[in-house]
Amino acid sequence: MQHPVHVLDCRQEVCPGPVIKVSRALKMVAVNQVVEVYATDPGAVSDMEALAKQTGQEIIRVQEEADGVRILIRRLR
Amino acid sequence: MIDEEKKTRRLALVASKGTLDMAYPPLIMATTAAAMGWEAGIFFTFYGLSILNKDKIDHLKVAPLGNPAAPPPLAAVPMGVPNFLGGLPGMTGIATAMMKSWMRKAKMPSIRELLEMCVEGDVQLFACATTMGVMGIKQEQLIDGAKCAGATTFLSYAADADVSLFI
Repeated sequence: MQHPVHVLDCRQEVCPGPVIKVSRALKMVAVNQVVEVYATDPGAVSDMEALAKQTGQEIIRVQEEADGVRILIRRLR
Repeated sequence: MIDEEKKTRRLALVASKGTLDMAYPPLIMATTAAAMGWEAGIFFTFYGLSILNKDKIDHLKVAPLGNPAAPPPLAAVPMGVPNFLGGLPGMTGIATAMMKSWMRKAKMPSIRELLEMCVEGDVQLFACATTMGVMGIKQEQLIDGAKCAGATTFLSYAADADVSLFI
């Protein structure tokens, strides 16, 4: 799998912080590059899925970890 | 996946309340919409206009009086404190300080920071012209980026919205 080019630590942050940071990061990376985000907000997975759906990006991995969830999002457009 | 033919989505909000707790929802919704690539606009009316008032932004308050969901003012006080005690002098200050402390602990941006994020995300900040007239508020009292607008302007904006909410 492609290595993430932008890693965001959004642990301990609540909505709307993580979504806004990821949205900014997706604008900074090139198309096909991957943003990796770590989050503890209980709504993070559902929110990232909605962000990806609304902006036409792709969630390529959701992984529960001991200290939160790790989400990989690929910029498609 | 996104429909390429679909126009950009639009969110139209009315922010009608000027308390600290009720200032958050419209700003969170609008900044999130902007993050999703939507257009977003907020019509600040009546007490909601305080959210755009330079001198009031950092001093919005939340009152425990009349709000049975408010937790007891001191952790040491047992549950079941009569709500009318929220009317005692200083209680609004205590409730406000408590809420600000929750927000800080949760790393929630302040109202001012959320407004800056709105401006950065091109969220339209409509200042209700009627409220400005009725309450005698001048354009220079409002933050940069606030646009004086009447109900007609907002309704015309909201007519093309996909999501409209009154808060």
